[in-house]
Amino acid sequence: MRIDGKGRIDRTRPVTFTFDGKAYPAYRGDTLASALIANDVRLVGRSFKYHRPRGILTAGSEEPNALVEIVGPANVTPNTRATVQEVFEGLVARSQNRWPSLGLDLMAVNDLAAPFFSAGFYYKTFMWPRRFWEGLYEPMIRRAAGLGRLSGRHDEGVYEKAWAHCDLLVIGSGPAGLMAALAAGRAGADVILADEGAEPGGRLLSDGDAPAWLGEVLAELESLPNVRVMTRTTVTGAYDDGTFGALERVGLHRRPRPNLPRECFWRIVARRSILAAGALERPIAFQNNDRPGIMMAGALSAYLNRYGVVPGKAITLFANNDGARQTARGLMAAGLTVSAIIDSREDAPDEPGTTVHKGAVVIDAKGRHGLTEITVRKGAGEFRIATDCLGLSGGWNPSVHLTCHLNGRPRWSDDLAAFVPSEGAVPGMVAAGAANGSFSTHGCLAAGLAAAAQSLAALGMTVPEVALPAAEDAPYRLSPLWAVPGRKRAWLDFANDVTVKDVALSAQEGYRSVEHMKRYTTQGMAPDQGKNSNVAALAVLADATGRGIAETGTTTFRPPYTPVSIAAMGAGGRAEGFAPQRFLTSDQASRDRGAPMIEAGLWYRPGYFPKPGETTWRQACDREVVMVRSSVGVTDVSTLGKIDIQGKDAGRFLDLVYTNTFSTLPVGRARYGLMLREDGHVLDDGTTARLAEDHWLMTTTTAAAGLVMRHLDFVQQAFCAGWDVRFISVTEAWAQFAVAGPVARDLIASALGHTPGLPFMGCMDVTIQGVAGRLFRISFSGEEGYEIAVPTRFGEALFRDLTARAETMGGGLYGMEALNVLRIEKGFITHAEIHGRTTAFDIGMDKMISPKKDCIGKAAAARPGMTGPEREQLVGLKPLTDSALTAGAHLFAQGADLTRENSSGYVTSVGYSPTLGSFLALGFLRNGRARQGETIRLVDRLRGVDVLCLVTDPVFHDPTGEKLRA
Amino acid sequence: MRYSGLRVITEGLFGNRGWRPAWRDPAPKAEYDAIIIGGGGHGLSTAYYLARNHGLTNVAVLEKGYLGSGNIGRNTTIVRANYFLPGNSEFYSHSLKLWEKLELELNYNVMHSQRGLINLFHSDGQRDAFARRGNAMINQGDDAILLDRDGVRDLLPYLDFDNTRFPIYGGLLHPRGGTARHDAVAWGYARAADKRGVDLIQNCEVTGIDVQNGRVTGVQTTRGAIRAKKVGIVVAGRSSQVAAMAGLRLPIESHILQAFVTEGLKPVIDHVISFGMGHFYISQSDKGGLVFGGDLDFYASYAARGNLPMVEHVMEAGMTLMPMIGRARVLRSWGGIMDMSPDGSPIIDKTPVDGLYIDCGWNYGGFKAVPASGWCMAHLMATGESHEVARRFRLNRFATGHLLDEEGTGSQHNLH
Amino acid sequence: MRLTCPHCGPRDRREFYYYGASEYLNRPGPEAAPDAWDSYLHLRDNPAGVTQDLWYHEQGCTAWLKVTRNTVTHEILAVEAVAGGTK
Repeated sequence: MRIDGKGRIDRTRPVTFTFDGKAYPAYRGDTLASALIANDVRLVGRSFKYHRPRGILTAGSEEPNALVEIVGPANVTPNTRATVQEVFEGLVARSQNRWPSLGLDLMAVNDLAAPFFSAGFYYKTFMWPRRFWEGLYEPMIRRAAGLGRLSGRHDEGVYEKAWAHCDLLVIGSGPAGLMAALAAGRAGADVILADEGAEPGGRLLSDGDAPAWLGEVLAELESLPNVRVMTRTTVTGAYDDGTFGALERVGLHRRPRPNLPRECFWRIVARRSILAAGALERPIAFQNNDRPGIMMAGALSAYLNRYGVVPGKAITLFANNDGARQTARGLMAAGLTVSAIIDSREDAPDEPGTTVHKGAVVIDAKGRHGLTEITVRKGAGEFRIATDCLGLSGGWNPSVHLTCHLNGRPRWSDDLAAFVPSEGAVPGMVAAGAANGSFSTHGCLAAGLAAAAQSLAALGMTVPEVALPAAEDAPYRLSPLWAVPGRKRAWLDFANDVTVKDVALSAQEGYRSVEHMKRYTTQGMAPDQGKNSNVAALAVLADATGRGIAETGTTTFRPPYTPVSIAAMGAGGRAEGFAPQRFLTSDQASRDRGAPMIEAGLWYRPGYFPKPGETTWRQACDREVVMVRSSVGVTDVSTLGKIDIQGKDAGRFLDLVYTNTFSTLPVGRARYGLMLREDGHVLDDGTTARLAEDHWLMTTTTAAAGLVMRHLDFVQQAFCAGWDVRFISVTEAWAQFAVAGPVARDLIASALGHTPGLPFMGCMDVTIQGVAGRLFRISFSGEEGYEIAVPTRFGEALFRDLTARAETMGGGLYGMEALNVLRIEKGFITHAEIHGRTTAFDIGMDKMISPKKDCIGKAAAARPGMTGPEREQLVGLKPLTDSALTAGAHLFAQGADLTRENSSGYVTSVGYSPTLGSFLALGFLRNGRARQGETIRLVDRLRGVDVLCLVTDPVFHDPTGEKLRA
Repeated sequence: MRYSGLRVITEGLFGNRGWRPAWRDPAPKAEYDAIIIGGGGHGLSTAYYLARNHGLTNVAVLEKGYLGSGNIGRNTTIVRANYFLPGNSEFYSHSLKLWEKLELELNYNVMHSQRGLINLFHSDGQRDAFARRGNAMINQGDDAILLDRDGVRDLLPYLDFDNTRFPIYGGLLHPRGGTARHDAVAWGYARAADKRGVDLIQNCEVTGIDVQNGRVTGVQTTRGAIRAKKVGIVVAGRSSQVAAMAGLRLPIESHILQAFVTEGLKPVIDHVISFGMGHFYISQSDKGGLVFGGDLDFYASYAARGNLPMVEHVMEAGMTLMPMIGRARVLRSWGGIMDMSPDGSPIIDKTPVDGLYIDCGWNYGGFKAVPASGWCMAHLMATGESHEVARRFRLNRFATGHLLDEEGTGSQHNLH
Repeated sequence: MRLTCPHCGPRDRREFYYYGASEYLNRPGPEAAPDAWDSYLHLRDNPAGVTQDLWYHEQGCTAWLKVTRNTVTHEILAVEAVAGGTK
């Protein structure tokens, strides 16, 4: 119910939301949880395993119970914490993990079968018969498990990623964080103050009415240009060297708008950081402690003071420390009835206005859909108290989570009965305030200031004058109580339905290490990552194994601190955003002609250029191949890597990186080169031209362009830093077109205005229609071929010009498909053949490893396993009958069984050769070069291909190279 | 104590008070016939098969932490036999066959679920490479089906087929591929090994390996010296350190691989899906979490935790492939330490020290190998000979150039 | 994770390509024995602690860097250009 005069909600802005189809009123400033409490909705969810009715337990992101689906206009967001989701007009929420309804959940039958669902029961059964696992047991388990539902629809929401840099990141804007940010801000440091709440202030907003100084501090922070306050921003992970991940809820608290990001994932780089994330209150385990209406005491305060709501009329509290007294006083001051405080400490103080049962514990709770009564044991006596709301306080756990992200282990403090951060667990980070175990407001303020001083000193900045506001400094006084003994189930991990008995059973069965217990019982593996339960579970385990908590140790907290949507961390990856797109200068011209564009690495290249009447890609491809073989074809080869190499030692350098010798190459000539990795396998191949005495141009394959550049940089910087050689990638600087075919020379002559007297493998500077360019006579098709290069900005114009000229000569454009067929006919390799496991020997190029000089990869290529008849060698394959071939097929000797042992090779490339009127293939065959002329069986069992082929030389077309040199 | 549905019911009726420890907690003896260093999946399965297949039961497994504290509990639980190079094919094929009988073998439900694994391809060249792989799988006697785009769409309608950077051309379906409950594999082997008499000794760190005249004689531990004539090093993630105790330098570099799990969700992904262009693979656990991962962080590390660049890359890959998972929230991320070898394949071999054996270099394929790795390591330790399905996993194959490089990325450790 | 490139200053890890141990700098001569090559290419000390390894500022100045760092804590202790002060 709503309490007049309390809370920070905006009562001038009423809104309406729906939960499970029913409309309710609320105010701006409410969370879904506070709004449900205001409307006396107590049952909000069902537990994971037993489908127990559950209510709201906390007022923060650690909430284990109140997880709901938020239904937006386009999609549904499951597992949303009602305690974090802010209410806005039209918000639609619904409960999850129940069927058919929240009130009547048939899966609750699991609760009755609980004795058989003990920890790890599924490891002991469902094994027989074997096939029933996938068919029956597992589908049943899967359907029952899980919480919310994904809709299955693409998430079309807008998400952002961003970077921020600062001197000091302050995590949490409670009293410690505020003081730290204020001090650092006054000192002139670049400060980011991040808080997951909708407004800064942290516990100052929850513990009571916000102090007057809060507004002043916030106003000052707002006025400082070097301070950035980021609300609704949860720092989710600590990473190396001061890098943090943080999630900002940008648009989740308001009506969706098309361009408003839902969330932004921040990468914050901070020179120093202060962890002032506060502490989380912990429940106490007792029989049926999961009844709706049982809530953390601090949450009761938060709901009263922040939102002006209380979840009951007859409130009781169960505590083992003084902290809950503040809740009691707050409630009573607001005119509410606190029926009793059950305090486990014999020496607990009295509390004016209510009854304190000292040395007493709650042993049971009644009210399946909402608490009605608790049973209290004091000494030997038991009595019942009617209550509709029980506040729990088992003490506080400092929020050490971020300090664990770099493998730091928190330290057990016997004084606090809690884990506290280990110093230095995250380099540059200081923990302060409740996050470091100082729980009073005054303690937090002072610690925040001290942490700022420490951080500023490390930054070389002077600590300014900051006066501490007056605040309470009450002692904590806690006497540990983790679980009240009882016959029935007492919950530790609400979210995963892990009980005290489960942990004890785990120890009984030998799963005694804390990690075994966690994994066997699933304790701490639910959406709250054990925030509410880990320490109590450890204590129960320690008790069951007769060890202390410190000795038992702790599981660790991993990023993220609170769950982060995949969409936020993956922002930008959607659709084409996943990888850069590289476009040729001819891209538009190719698309204009209807060419389908194919991904080639990051590039897009035209597959083929369809003509009217052609209905399949093969028709176009065949035509283009015939065209190149009979007249002239033009294609864009700019994707090939181009590396400009200069210097007196460039030739020497090329001799080191290529297997063959380049230093002897005359100016004006190009040479095919083979490059190995240092491990002796083929890295890449390509032609390198000598443009001038000290000026070379290397080409690489499209696929390996980046790899080769990195490799050259390494070889040069690591092994020949003193040499006179410099190089740079000029791939993007030049557009380059291949012109190939019997009349290629005529086309080139027409474009240049004169016939270049260029021999095979020659290169020269040319002027083409007034533009300085380069001409190479090289061929990847087996025909007389030229490649003409111009600066990129002239690429499209040249492409259109060459196309037009080719078409007047009976030629035209050809695409990747035809290019592939042409090179297969000619036995030229690509990365289908040099796939990383290929040696120079395998492709018949071992003679290219010059015996006269060292080169990268030479030594490793000489290992015994790198050559010899056992290796699969490049061959050509031609079907004996008119049959289609497939790449990926395996090769078998005739008559051999189709087994792994008998597979003696495989097919790498196939194409239909209109030139030879047959499918052709390249492949690797064990001892293949010696087996030319043999008939071999090509079998692709995936696609039902089984064809006898003749093993041939890989060069099918013009084996003597007459056409090339014509 | 035999586990069964009936036992679960009868124990349940009597308050579950009768369950006995899954394994003993013995003190180390002064001498064993064989010592396995490392109580992870591979070490435990080695011990189990030493006892089961070779009758060697005077065996100790020495674990510096708790059983299954290494990568067996940090992986993405994928079980598959989809390799294509001879040497790997037969090994993983053997392993998958062992998986298929593991529950009944161990009397422990490891929840091996053959949900089907689909490797997606995004170009003609990738299709050809996967066809070669699929044919190799069939030739080996395993299963593979080449799906075209529509075939993939029928199985995985929620992928983005229309608006993505690397369009889906098809996929290679491995119907017998799937997942298993990782911790249960360690516990199942541990319990079964213990039952056959193997001593599982936790919190016992090996601090030295005793070698005399080129022969191993035992180990030094934090719980005293233990003698044995046969010692197996089965400590992926720490292989270099433990091998160094015997003066060995391994072809291993340690790297982090991160993995991720979301909050629980109702069933939405039924298969294991692998997206080659983005180094992204995903499945959904029986509990409902989406379990997924990507590539290495790529720098040598023993930190068992990673950094944001790979985290973001993995999430971006997920968003381009299957944007329906965008609203699932990542609950936890973690890292495992991988023994990266120079060809991406493992080592199960003798060492130059007599009686000292090593099982290492699992890169990030160790989980599915657990049964066969133990089977073959046990065979090697018991007989002195490599098992026929592991005969190419030699320690010296890098020196000789007899490589098993499925990725074709060469001798750089982190590229596999 | 951030590396301080001697040419470019502190940069995020994602700008860099990682190669491997700094042993890659000690390339055996062409006449070296096979063992030396095996050691160079494959065998690694692989320390759990301080190591030196090679990074490439691929999305920056393209300098190869020798980085001294701790493989357990990820602390970066020193970064120097492989080719000295020049590139």
